[in-house]
Amino acid sequence: MSGRSLRRHVTSGLMTGLVAVLSFTAVLALVLILGDLIAKGASSLNWDFFTKNPVPAGQSGGGVANAIVGTGIIVGLAALIGLPIGIGTGLYLAEYGSGRLGWFVADVLNGTPSIVIGIFAWTWLVRPMGGYSALAGSVALAALMIPMIARTTEEMVRLVPHSLREAALALGYPRWRTSLRVVARTALAGIVTGCLVGVARIAGETAPLLFTALGNLNFSTSVTQPMQTLPHQIYEYASGPFEEWHRLAWASALVLMSLVLLLGVTARWAIRQRHGAAR
Amino acid sequence: MAPPADARLRLEAVRLTALYGRRAVVKDVSILFPAHTVTAVIGPSGCGKSTFLRCLNRMHELSEGGWVTGRVLLDGADVYDDAVDPVQLRRRIGMVFQRPTPFPTMSIYDNVAAGLRVNGHRGRRALDDVVERALTQAALWDEVKDRLRASALALSGGQQQRLCIARALAPQPEVLLLDEPTASLDPAGTQRIEELCHELKRLYTIVIVTHNMQQAARVSDYTAFFYLGDLVEVGRTDELFTRPNEERTEAYITGRFG
Repeated sequence: MSGRSLRRHVTSGLMTGLVAVLSFTAVLALVLILGDLIAKGASSLNWDFFTKNPVPAGQSGGGVANAIVGTGIIVGLAALIGLPIGIGTGLYLAEYGSGRLGWFVADVLNGTPSIVIGIFAWTWLVRPMGGYSALAGSVALAALMIPMIARTTEEMVRLVPHSLREAALALGYPRWRTSLRVVARTALAGIVTGCLVGVARIAGETAPLLFTALGNLNFSTSVTQPMQTLPHQIYEYASGPFEEWHRLAWASALVLMSLVLLLGVTARWAIRQRHGAAR
Repeated sequence: MAPPADARLRLEAVRLTALYGRRAVVKDVSILFPAHTVTAVIGPSGCGKSTFLRCLNRMHELSEGGWVTGRVLLDGADVYDDAVDPVQLRRRIGMVFQRPTPFPTMSIYDNVAAGLRVNGHRGRRALDDVVERALTQAALWDEVKDRLRASALALSGGQQQRLCIARALAPQPEVLLLDEPTASLDPAGTQRIEELCHELKRLYTIVIVTHNMQQAARVSDYTAFFYLGDLVEVGRTDELFTRPNEERTEAYITGRFG
């Protein structure tokens, strides 16, 4: 083996090894987090955990039903507000927008720290409305989600072949119906995937909710009142002094993680469906 | 060219120039398309024949920087008149592209019905009839009648192209534009489409762009030869291929360039 060939082999081996170690580290982190969550949280998962509300500090028992329902309501409402706006923006950027300005705005918004969004929501919603509310939290989460959804939608729509647009236009489709009936429908699976990922992302957000939904020790379904969420519950319990709270925090984290994972798996499944349809 | 005296004129281009920005790709072309004839447009790649075709149903203006001067008369009325809605116009002039473009999210049935639904036709029975008629005209009915609800992507390339022809025929256009419709098909699929041209000209006026001279000779009544954006010569197909008037036409059809 010549010197150069040997050197190439050694370099190749070293790089492969390096990449393998790095990937292992990434996977290891995930495994450790999940493992730890299951080890410390699973034992606290019982019927009460899902159905009871928190009990006063120091007492044992109780659950986080209010936070689970609260996360459902706030995230659901955020999706209701954010998904149509995000999808519409993405569709517009891909089909009509000259691009530059829209891209720039979406990119900057994408990079905005979530705590900043929370402060803005407080300034523009909580203060004028005279109090903290779940609705304000939903709006903050929606604002966080819109640029994400817009960018994925735009990318998915851009993947639709130009020939398909032309075929629809040549058939006498008006431009807007071409966009909706043909282009958006063809990109639908990709858009749905993007939406699920976006919802999973915001489901775990804490910062924008601190200034808006505030948190609530009691069970509440009123969107004009403060409401508890899982990330907020974890934040409170984990920073509290009681052993019982720490136990519940671990269990809450496990539930939240499972929800996000479930959404991720559903997104994966949607992608597979899309590739299946493309064959 | 002199069409037969009894032939009615369907489509006519008058001093048509097509441009991308400031670059003219079709230059000052005037040509007649008599009703119920097949006209082949031939010429080497980049000669402007596809662009010319796309001017006839106002698709060219949708391309970036695309615009035209001159007139295109459909039954005597200028399609570039301000009062003409290009969307409505495209329902009167059907088009089929080089590659099959079935809508991937729609069934075979829905693909054919798409042009009618967009026109507001929704009656179930009426749609059924039109879909069957269009698929029969496109010689696809027997192959798909048992699986109309299947995805259009389940069809072969040749079947997909005939599906696209059926889709273009369903709204009953007056003119059918075919842009190299057999370019991506195998010989068997090509033959079916060529046979279709013969049958369909009873009902429609057909303009077919092709880079294949044998195909032009087989399917068309008239042939137009484009070169570098100019319409060099147009005439009866048998005459153009046997006794071309222009030196450049002869050079092209005998294979000396292009």
